Amino acid sequence: MCDRLRKLIQLKGWPLILLGWLILGGCGREDARERLVFWVFGREGEQVRPLIEAFELEHPDLRVDLQQIPWSAAYERLLTAYVGGQLPDVAQMGNSWLARFAELHALEDLGTWIREADLDTTDFFEGVWMANRIDGCLYGLPWYVDTRVIFYRTDLLRRAGYERMPTTWSEWSRLMHRLVAPPVGARYALWLLPDWSSLVIFGMQNDAPLLGARGAYGNFRDERFRRAFRFYLSLFGARLVPLSSTTQLGSVYQEFARGQLVLFISGPWSVGELRDRLPDSLQNRWATAPLPGPEGPGLSLAGGASLVIFRGSRHPEATRKLIRFLTRPDVQLRFYELTGDLPVRRSVWQLPPLRDDRQIDGFREQLARIRPLPTIPEWEAIAARIHYYAEAAKRGLLSPEEALTMLDREVDLLLDKRRRWISAGEYHPAAHD
Amino acid sequence: MKDGGLSIELRVAGWFLGPALSVVLIFQLMPAGAAFLLSLTDFDLYTFAAPDTLRIVGLRNYQMLLQDGRFWLALRNTLYFVGLGGVLTLGLSLGTALWLNQRFVRFRALLRTVYFAPVVTTLVAVAIVWRYIYHARYGLLNQGLQLLGLEPVDWLGDPRWALPSLVLMAVWKNYGYSLLIFMAALQAVPEELYDAARIDGADLWQQFRHVTLPTLRPVVLLTGLVTANGYFQVFAEPYVMTGGGPLDATLTMVLLLYDQGFRWWRLGYAAALAFVLFVLMLLLSAVLLRLQREAQR
Repeated sequence: MCDRLRKLIQLKGWPLILLGWLILGGCGREDARERLVFWVFGREGEQVRPLIEAFELEHPDLRVDLQQIPWSAAYERLLTAYVGGQLPDVAQMGNSWLARFAELHALEDLGTWIREADLDTTDFFEGVWMANRIDGCLYGLPWYVDTRVIFYRTDLLRRAGYERMPTTWSEWSRLMHRLVAPPVGARYALWLLPDWSSLVIFGMQNDAPLLGARGAYGNFRDERFRRAFRFYLSLFGARLVPLSSTTQLGSVYQEFARGQLVLFISGPWSVGELRDRLPDSLQNRWATAPLPGPEGPGLSLAGGASLVIFRGSRHPEATRKLIRFLTRPDVQLRFYELTGDLPVRRSVWQLPPLRDDRQIDGFREQLARIRPLPTIPEWEAIAARIHYYAEAAKRGLLSPEEALTMLDREVDLLLDKRRRWISAGEYHPAAHD
Repeated sequence: MKDGGLSIELRVAGWFLGPALSVVLIFQLMPAGAAFLLSLTDFDLYTFAAPDTLRIVGLRNYQMLLQDGRFWLALRNTLYFVGLGGVLTLGLSLGTALWLNQRFVRFRALLRTVYFAPVVTTLVAVAIVWRYIYHARYGLLNQGLQLLGLEPVDWLGDPRWALPSLVLMAVWKNYGYSLLIFMAALQAVPEELYDAARIDGADLWQQFRHVTLPTLRPVVLLTGLVTANGYFQVFAEPYVMTGGGPLDATLTMVLLLYDQGFRWWRLGYAAALAFVLFVLMLLLSAVLLRLQREAQR
């Protein structure tokens, strides 16, 4: 609900943007600078302006046309622009979309340039770097990273007899059972985002392959995923997690403040939310921790967004300058201060204020253990079905076995065309240039 | 002479009908035909990248559709919407129109405006208000239930309640339109008929049953047709309020079509779905129109 409202509120910005465009259009008439079109989505779009101004100061011969697009419209805008040949030079791109635009052969392969440029690629977190590599090509330069960690109330954990978050599933489970019993007596031990992410993460932690050979089949009946699924369902079965987050829980942050909820799994945006919403007395009583795994510290997913250059761009040099500038450590730090988006480079985490922020230690540790989602164009459609069958199983409408069997069957249907092409050996995007 | 006259008549008719016919041809028949052709192919995201990989798959999309559980669920939800929504909309608007038509009702113009206001309000604004009404913890509806000592209901989060909740909202939003039509039609019922009925000793129900309803019948059927067609294409309500969830409980045909076509870009499949929807609506309209024709006879 919050998400939708936010999108609505963002719409209010349009008259302003229009006005700004008119004004800018008015003064830009005699501009001889090389012009780049840069599409940025959602909140990043609202906050990135100062960085662009800094870039233009450094490069007086370049001018960047920043175009802000709400997240809800972004994907369709990109695709229609692709069909109509109206793509910008550079754009921000969610990691889960990369595969689709790579499949369309719309993205520039940055591999050669990066190998020749003196860019320390090992400074980037490996998981998020891997999310940009598809079939041996590098299609984007990571801009910010998004992952899931545990947020917890330090005081309540201590009351339950724990100094810090456990690192294994079994210990974690034991902790949660203690949290809902006296003396803590929370109504719920844990809250999960109402989407597919937690279940998929549990699967990845168990080393479940998710998809079969070459991403052509669903492989959710694999024993490793089944184990993750059982663990996931057990959390609801034991009433450690609310089944429906709206009736049983008002606002996550409110219940967290009241001590009715002790742990929740969420992303970087929750850091800002907690700092805004929790009363001062609670500000030093929460922390983040990396996710526990089946046997020890667990994986989490490598989400976030990258900067891509479209193949149609006629400004190869300038676009590279722009995306390099935006991933430079000092600019990354400024970007973090503007948006709260987590930097993708290790060296930035060594700089204050990130270095001294103990509350985001969970992210710092987790980022060393992140893994990208399957890089195939159908992933989002598959993820939606995972969410559906997880819902059905946790509400008891389907047995876990039935749910996974039906999920596999549906994913196989979704991947039908992909499979046919792979088996026929006739499909390769590069062959159709 | 006779032949020449006919051809002149035809020519004149052609000139008059031409513009309208060409509009129908270009903007309705041709897209429908193109959609049908598209539904015979496996056009999808891959096809954008490599058009030469497009395949003609014949009726395979339709065959897949019949085996797709989500299709049947969407069809069921849509029919539920059309049935419940249609009956409620017609019943409520007819009832309200009858009431507003009474001489003792004051502020008639004001009331008419009040009932019609939701029709012209954008759905997104309406949705925000209704989300508050339906909110599981702090919503108006559940606070009312609590006052009565009943358990709160998760209106939009519970698969059993989500669809009826949306129907209720849609009815509230749309019934002002048919109300307006009914009010206009009621004005046209000759007063003498009521006088005659009263002299014969008919009570209010009998007057309604034997005077009002027969006179209104063509209007009721027309309004029914418009309403049913509108609900058949219901999209914005679930899209804005629930996104089709929970557990696809509010997934409608058009929402499924949007999902397949514009989120996952399986355009061939989506076109097949659109075509099935088109045929279903055509059938429904044909039935209702036939009923109307019989009513007028």
